[in-house]
Amino acid sequence: MAKKSYRQAINEALALEMRRDPTVIVMGEDNAGGMGAPGADDAWGGVLGVTMGLMPEFGRERVLDTPISESAFIGAAVGAAATGLRPVAELMFVDFMGVCFDQIFNQAAKFKYMFGGNAVTPVVIRTMYGAGFRAASQHSQTLYPMFTHIPGLKVVVPSSPYDAKGLMIQAIRDDDPVIFFEHKVMYDIEEEVPDEAYTIPFGEANLTREGEDVTIVAIGRMVQFANEVADTLAKDGINCSVIDPRTTSPLDMDTILESVEETGRLVVVDEASPRCNMATDISAAVAQHAFAALKAPIRMVTPPHTPVPFAPQLEDLYVPNPAQIETAVRAVAGYAR
Amino acid sequence: MSDAIKAVTMPKWGLAMEEGTLVAWHVPEGAPVRPGDDLVDIETTKITNVMESTAGGNLRRRVVDEGACVPVGALLGVVADASLPDAEIDAFVVRFNADFVVAAAAAAETGPPEPEMMEVAGNRISYQRMGEGSPPLVLVHGFGGDLNNWLFNQPVLAASRATYALDLPGHGRSGKDVGSGEITAFARTLTAFLDALRLEQVHLVGHSLGGAIVLDLAVRQPERVASLTLIAPAALGGEINADYIEGFIATGRRKEMRAVLGMLFADPALVSRDMVDEILKYKRLDGVAAALAAIAGDAFPDGRQSRDLKSCLGDLRMPAQVIWGRQDRILPVAQGDGLPANVPMHVLDDAGHMAHMEAATQVNALIEDLLGQ
Repeated sequence: MAKKSYRQAINEALALEMRRDPTVIVMGEDNAGGMGAPGADDAWGGVLGVTMGLMPEFGRERVLDTPISESAFIGAAVGAAATGLRPVAELMFVDFMGVCFDQIFNQAAKFKYMFGGNAVTPVVIRTMYGAGFRAASQHSQTLYPMFTHIPGLKVVVPSSPYDAKGLMIQAIRDDDPVIFFEHKVMYDIEEEVPDEAYTIPFGEANLTREGEDVTIVAIGRMVQFANEVADTLAKDGINCSVIDPRTTSPLDMDTILESVEETGRLVVVDEASPRCNMATDISAAVAQHAFAALKAPIRMVTPPHTPVPFAPQLEDLYVPNPAQIETAVRAVAGYAR
Repeated sequence: MSDAIKAVTMPKWGLAMEEGTLVAWHVPEGAPVRPGDDLVDIETTKITNVMESTAGGNLRRRVVDEGACVPVGALLGVVADASLPDAEIDAFVVRFNADFVVAAAAAAETGPPEPEMMEVAGNRISYQRMGEGSPPLVLVHGFGGDLNNWLFNQPVLAASRATYALDLPGHGRSGKDVGSGEITAFARTLTAFLDALRLEQVHLVGHSLGGAIVLDLAVRQPERVASLTLIAPAALGGEINADYIEGFIATGRRKEMRAVLGMLFADPALVSRDMVDEILKYKRLDGVAAALAAIAGDAFPDGRQSRDLKSCLGDLRMPAQVIWGRQDRILPVAQGDGLPANVPMHVLDDAGHMAHMEAATQVNALIEDLLGQ
């Protein structure tokens, strides 16, 4: 089986689904590049090259370069989904989503509910998130909690190339609007990914490490940090389970609760700002449903409640890191009343 | 004198295995061991299994301690006659480890071999070839399995002949079109696979559904089959564990799948996180759900087996045998009762349905015995 990058895995998912289903289209700023201008076609493939190669195979009819107007083309994608296509729209940085909240929160997320369950809105919105890219506070946020908050949206945060491909194919085939979060510093990580099409169901957490002492729940890029910490601590006799929810909506609380029932100790790692994020959400659910199992207070590892700093030294301090996770795990493992 | 000193090394169980953990020694240092004695428990990311001694003598050194994780091929211990001086044993250990470092560096350059792909009768067939020599031996897995099911068998059997383990259509990395899903159709694909590789006559080993497939082939084309080993084969009775078949097809969830896979083994604790992961990854591939449903619909409709080939066994002219785990919870071992005299039945007490994994050494020895006839 060939090793593929996170970028290639998503590209392959898009290509496979476009071959399988003629109603699948992609659209976004410079998704091919060069439209209406002299110069090379397919020069960009999106700002970080994820859609490269799709336009030459499927043509400009199905690979649309859009104007720099998020509110317009996200609205167009939602409308196209409501009328029979399966658009995959790329909204470069999730930070720009603010200008199209109405299209997403009030339109796409509500159609099924407001039209008596008769409407389907199979739109996928791909977007980049996360800090560590030296891109400053307007291009570095981790905003999946905002979308998780809205009933009617499905929210996907893949942590590996294998998951990215299977979750993207599932997202395209899903009849509900899906917001698909890609971490911009993860595009070049590689692992073995099957050539064939496959789907990973939403709402099914992955268990990337298995241990009986501490449960670590981590999301997106934080999963690889949690795995590193689990491997380090295993050598010291602290065995961690690492749970990657894969989707924040729907959220697989069953797997998390089952694990906490066994370990009695929970650390949640979330790159999103610390107020009203997945760490608080998961911690609250565990406190509510598994309080009796807890042997130590829940610990959350998150950034501070500030904008993402531009100074590289400060940005490095901002992003949760393995050392912080290790400290938190050791604290709950060694906790005594 | 180094012929009298036998190295015990970390085995390679499956292509992906690069290292293993020595869980426990069964023999105290200095104690006598005979060939076939349980020597060490080895844990890989896929499975834990016992490794038996191939040598006789005394366990003169435990080079690796319990709990240590070492690369494949690393020296675990030394078996030699009690009369050899300690100095010779120590010199052997030093020399082995010096050579091993060099060999490991060279091996790291190449990496493990990949299974090959071939077009057979319109389908893509993935297979793993190992070893040299004729007549070759072909290993056929069961329902929902793949060529990796033979990880404890193929490397051993390949020591003295060419061996081929294939992924049946609908399984592993082969194409997912199984057509009607009938046992006969699989046997035709297997024939086409042998034709494509120009394998005139082969030893056939089949497990479960694969057992029914190789038996079907042996009945139709006896001239091509040098010997036949059926491990917990399907189609020798009506009963089958419908909970297993339905559960395997229906569940996509880790926890439920672990429980389902546990039914395959006498010791369900052998089912590891990686084993569950690999099955889930397989089941997520496009076309797999339809393929499994088609096969089960034909072979096991309404929770019973639809075909019974038991009456064909008496007519077989090639050497043949049946191997069954006494604790099989998928196909009851009693289905092997009353076989004709030309097909001996070997029952392995401590094995479940996956006897070739759980009691690999015994199964390998039985196959070697049959091939030696």
